[in-house]
Amino acid sequence: MSALLEVSDLHVHYRTAARLTDILARRPRRFVRAVNGVSLSLGRGDTLGLVGESGCGKSTLGRAILRLTESNAGAVQFDGEDVLKLPPAELLRFRRRAQIVFQDPYASLNPRRTVAATLGEVFRVHRLCPPRQVEARVQELMARVGLPMELAGRRAGGLSGGQCQRVGIARALAMGAELIIADEPVSALDVSIQAQILNLFTRLQRDMGLTLLFISHDLGVVRYLCRRVAVMYLGRIVEEGPTDEVFRNPKHPYTRALIDAIPRMDPAARLPAAQLGGEPPNPRNIPSGCAFHPRCAQAMPACRQGEAPSRRAIEGRDVWCHLYPSATAA
Amino acid sequence: MTLLAVNDLSVEFVTPGGRLRAVDGVSFELAEGEVLGLVGESGSGKTVACRSMLRLLPSERARIAGGEVLFEGRDLLHESEAQLRRLRGSRLAMIFQNPSTHLDPLMTVGRQVAEPLIYHEGLSSRDARLRAIELLRQVGIPDPAHNIDAYPHQFSGGMRQRAMIAGAIACRPQLLSADEPTTALDVTVQAQILRLLLELRDDSGLAIILVSHDLGVIASTCDRVAVMYAGRIMEQATKAELLRHPRHPYTAGLIASRPGDGARGQELRSIEGQLPALSALPAGCRFHPRCPHAEAVCRTGDLRPLAIDPTHTTACIRWREATAAA
Repeated sequence: MSALLEVSDLHVHYRTAARLTDILARRPRRFVRAVNGVSLSLGRGDTLGLVGESGCGKSTLGRAILRLTESNAGAVQFDGEDVLKLPPAELLRFRRRAQIVFQDPYASLNPRRTVAATLGEVFRVHRLCPPRQVEARVQELMARVGLPMELAGRRAGGLSGGQCQRVGIARALAMGAELIIADEPVSALDVSIQAQILNLFTRLQRDMGLTLLFISHDLGVVRYLCRRVAVMYLGRIVEEGPTDEVFRNPKHPYTRALIDAIPRMDPAARLPAAQLGGEPPNPRNIPSGCAFHPRCAQAMPACRQGEAPSRRAIEGRDVWCHLYPSATAA
Repeated sequence: MTLLAVNDLSVEFVTPGGRLRAVDGVSFELAEGEVLGLVGESGSGKTVACRSMLRLLPSERARIAGGEVLFEGRDLLHESEAQLRRLRGSRLAMIFQNPSTHLDPLMTVGRQVAEPLIYHEGLSSRDARLRAIELLRQVGIPDPAHNIDAYPHQFSGGMRQRAMIAGAIACRPQLLSADEPTTALDVTVQAQILRLLLELRDDSGLAIILVSHDLGVIASTCDRVAVMYAGRIMEQATKAELLRHPRHPYTAGLIASRPGDGARGQELRSIEGQLPALSALPAGCRFHPRCPHAEAVCRTGDLRPLAIDPTHTTACIRWREATAAA
């Protein structure tokens, strides 16, 4: 599997709004390090789940890969090209091949536009086919994502959440995108509708060989859909590897805590004992050393200071944690 | 001992398009120290059922169309507003999904926790403040003596939910109705809040109605579960019985829809179609248009819950056939 997407040491920093007290005290502007040195690689046809608590930077990372948010440093290689350096015309070409599906299906569609107009626009803007073929292409697309034809004339405002999300996915597929970044695409949907959309992703992945970066806070969904998983904490990836391995035997204490916190369906199961104390952290104020150390039961003096732990390769996966010997020490 | 008995409760909303029945003939019971899960998808009526029990719905738009809500033998639906005010916040408490919209942003957390103590128990504000600090400590707020003077916006989502719980349990209620209390929270904080609720139950015999769309949350916390769909209870049983031997195709579908340990690349057995609108409810069993086991008998008539055994009811008249086919 050749890498279709290669992200290296990506940084995205947002400037925070200056408070009046900051201006008066002439304090320098502060930054939120939303993505703080992330590297990942995604093979053609592969599925990678990106999980973490709210505020960990997973959505920002997804947007930065598509250049919907500007990055401060690092590189994003897509099929050998550096996306961050593409001139505008080339960027449009890149976006035919890489698309995003958003969390809120209502907010990402124009409520006063019909389904046919929303989908047809894609073909017209990118000049993918002669105007008289647009209608046929739209119908083909609707069939592929399981939208009944009688909805073509319906405005997005009159669709259900699940139908809206199908339109969002159809729009991403319209140009034959190879990479789809799906940002919490099923989080706003009811359980039964969520299962329908997950089945659609499974089918698209199987039949079209779609490459999928699936961002979600729901570990159950990621476990079901993605072959590999990356766990993010405060702007960095802390563990990355094959999903089944990571779930069976998590290495990073944070990954273990996340997995233990998933409510079990087993009626005999009790709530797990407290793994994680404290509150989800604030990206404005990232602790030194390993950012997870204030909540970590296994934190050692080395975790509290200096740089974040380096990558350690262990049992077929990568872990960024001082509990494991680093490559130089081994 | 039965603490709460809801019998045949129906709630209607008056809309320009006519009356919509959001809750239709719902019955359940709750014993002291018991946790009952109300599970269902959006629009199933679980929140409306919960709020109408405490008569918290706007009276100009919502109307209780029938039934009774017996709390320690007294029908809450026929109590005076003054009497209800004495009960709410003291013996009956409620917490909500979004603590930010249910806490006053202009009042310190401490005052909001202390308020029911002053109002219901006649404590002086000094004594109430001391009790509030104790309560904040009990729900796991760090440094309560300092945080009592914080405003809600200074708290994280999990801490706000804890503060709301502290206010709800201030007067040691017997019944707590918790409407999606962890839906807005991260999974790690969710586990903390659920554990806190169960500890309160264990310590004080608090009975809890836990409303959730998440079967996993229900499975890890509740003693009994009622599954709602389109305003009706479809199935009610002990947790173990419901999860191991669902006797309604909707319950079975909900369980199968969860991407649990299902094999990757294999499609989930999802429920086809979508939830019906309250303005266009199907005749007969409300689930029949989406049900894989529906027959002619399911499409007409008024289907009422059947008792399979003393602790298990289902609204599916074909549950034997459906279970055998599954």
